[in-house]
Amino acid sequence: MSIDLETARKVANLARIKVDEDRLPAMAESFNTILGFIEELNEVDIEGVEPMVSVMPMRLKRRKDVVTDGGYPEKIMANAPDAREGFFAVPKVVE
Amino acid sequence: MLDAPTTKTPAPKVISGAREDWELVIGMEVHAQVASNAKLFSGASTKFGAEPNSNVAFVDAAMPGMLPVINEFCVEQAVRTGLGMKAKINLFSAFDRKNYFYPDLPQGYQISQLYHPIVGEGEVTVDLAPGVARIVRVERIHLEQDAGKSIHDMDPNMSFVDLNRTGVALMEIVSRPDIRSPEEAAAFMAKIRQILRYLGTCDGNMQEGSMRADVNISVCRPGDYERFREADDFKHLGTRCEIKNMNSMRFIQAAIDVEARRQIAILEDGGEITQETRLYDPDKNETRSMRSKEEAHDYRYFPCPDLLPLVIEQGWVDDIAATLPELPDEKKARFINDFGLSEYDAGVLTADKTSAAYFEQVADGRDGKLAANWVINELFGRLKKEDQTITTSPVSPDQLGGIITLISKGDISGKIAKDLFEIVWNEGGDPAEIVEVRGMKQVTDTGAIEAAVDAVIAANPAQVEKAKANPKLVGFFVGQVMKATGGKANPKAVNEIVSAKLGL
Repeated sequence: MSIDLETARKVANLARIKVDEDRLPAMAESFNTILGFIEELNEVDIEGVEPMVSVMPMRLKRRKDVVTDGGYPEKIMANAPDAREGFFAVPKVVE
Repeated sequence: MLDAPTTKTPAPKVISGAREDWELVIGMEVHAQVASNAKLFSGASTKFGAEPNSNVAFVDAAMPGMLPVINEFCVEQAVRTGLGMKAKINLFSAFDRKNYFYPDLPQGYQISQLYHPIVGEGEVTVDLAPGVARIVRVERIHLEQDAGKSIHDMDPNMSFVDLNRTGVALMEIVSRPDIRSPEEAAAFMAKIRQILRYLGTCDGNMQEGSMRADVNISVCRPGDYERFREADDFKHLGTRCEIKNMNSMRFIQAAIDVEARRQIAILEDGGEITQETRLYDPDKNETRSMRSKEEAHDYRYFPCPDLLPLVIEQGWVDDIAATLPELPDEKKARFINDFGLSEYDAGVLTADKTSAAYFEQVADGRDGKLAANWVINELFGRLKKEDQTITTSPVSPDQLGGIITLISKGDISGKIAKDLFEIVWNEGGDPAEIVEVRGMKQVTDTGAIEAAVDAVIAANPAQVEKAKANPKLVGFFVGQVMKATGGKANPKAVNEIVSAKLGL
């Protein structure tokens, strides 16, 4: 797989990261280097090997269905650039 | 063993375009909020209607370093729902991140289950009319987080965001494209809601957004759908459009109809359908493209590194299966078999669990058909008129049962029973006692009835002559006798005595 300029532009846009046009070629090249490195892993034969999801043999931790958190709107809103009447206020997003 | 009711498959809806006929093909994704106290991955409350941003934990607000911990109860409800739809339960499932940016999704991704859903294939029988049902295959059910709520009408330039709903557990129930008309789509939604309510896994409250649906619609020419089913190949079907976020049965139907007609007009004009996400506008009765969603359709799913796979044990699934209640289809079949009810009546009585339980208590040890008539016609009719529900009914099952016992014993006539129902509704009390105290008991004493019949015959010689010529007029005498006895005479006895006295 190889990343061209168009793909690099698209990925940047999807990630909402602004990348100037003149920096795109370098970014595409970085992607390709990374992917090339990962592709080396394809050489390993993993036929019949279970995917390892955790280094430690752990079970997914579970919680009981009990309300133990929340109730601190002022903390939730503390970093909001704009808050009004208890809501986060953001530029209008409407379909 | 209950007899499986024989059912017919309904014909698909056909829309005649300007040039040819078209059929509808519909698949639905129903999002049902799990009836849990706390959220899927945080300990914040799920309570509806709280002050904005008060039911939010740092996990929900995506504060750096916060990690999700799964709510075991939500997993149990998903399994329960799967079992209720006769679906395969996957002992191994896993969570993935679905990436997109929207102000009501602070993480920048939704934790969902794309690759390994907790529930696999199942099916739902959608009843459309007595003897007519559509089997809709369920493709999968997965667990995912809900997003927050954006409010657009509080300020002309800003949208206001409330994260209370962010992170609440949803079950997404995905159907195969087996639904063939707007009515079937609404009935499918209703059936899912009924099953969820029986199971208690979701409250099914559409007004509060506990259930919403995305509807996928395409059109095809007659015959194409059968080819699709045979080959299980989507190339036989048209390109679909998805209408997002529908929370009313009425709008679902209207949206499907208007969207199908839009697609037909494009196709007959020689155009092509673009696969896209659309919104339904009930005010204008039209669907329109959600352009912003198009680019974002590239969700770049990947396994959520914060969560290990969810591994559950078969024993636990079996324990959950052992606690499943009798489901609507089984209950309905049992009502038909055990109480001799019509499919229609059984359907009405099993629409919700509370009504079904009420009926069973009324019918216990009594005539099932009579009980069904009284519950459906008298009680439900009255409840509806007074804007009450079965849970607020002033007449208890025991009281209604008491009335039915009095009818069956011949103590009161059907007409008096209605008066008695009225008294019990308004004043309460034990029906048998009321009948006794107020002297409402039917007169079965033939002597008394004979005297009344004699009096009526004596008073109406002209009618006697007519009745002798035309026996159908016997009803006049029966009516007069009933009137004379204040409706308390046993109508059957009156009929017999009148006929005998008139020599008919």
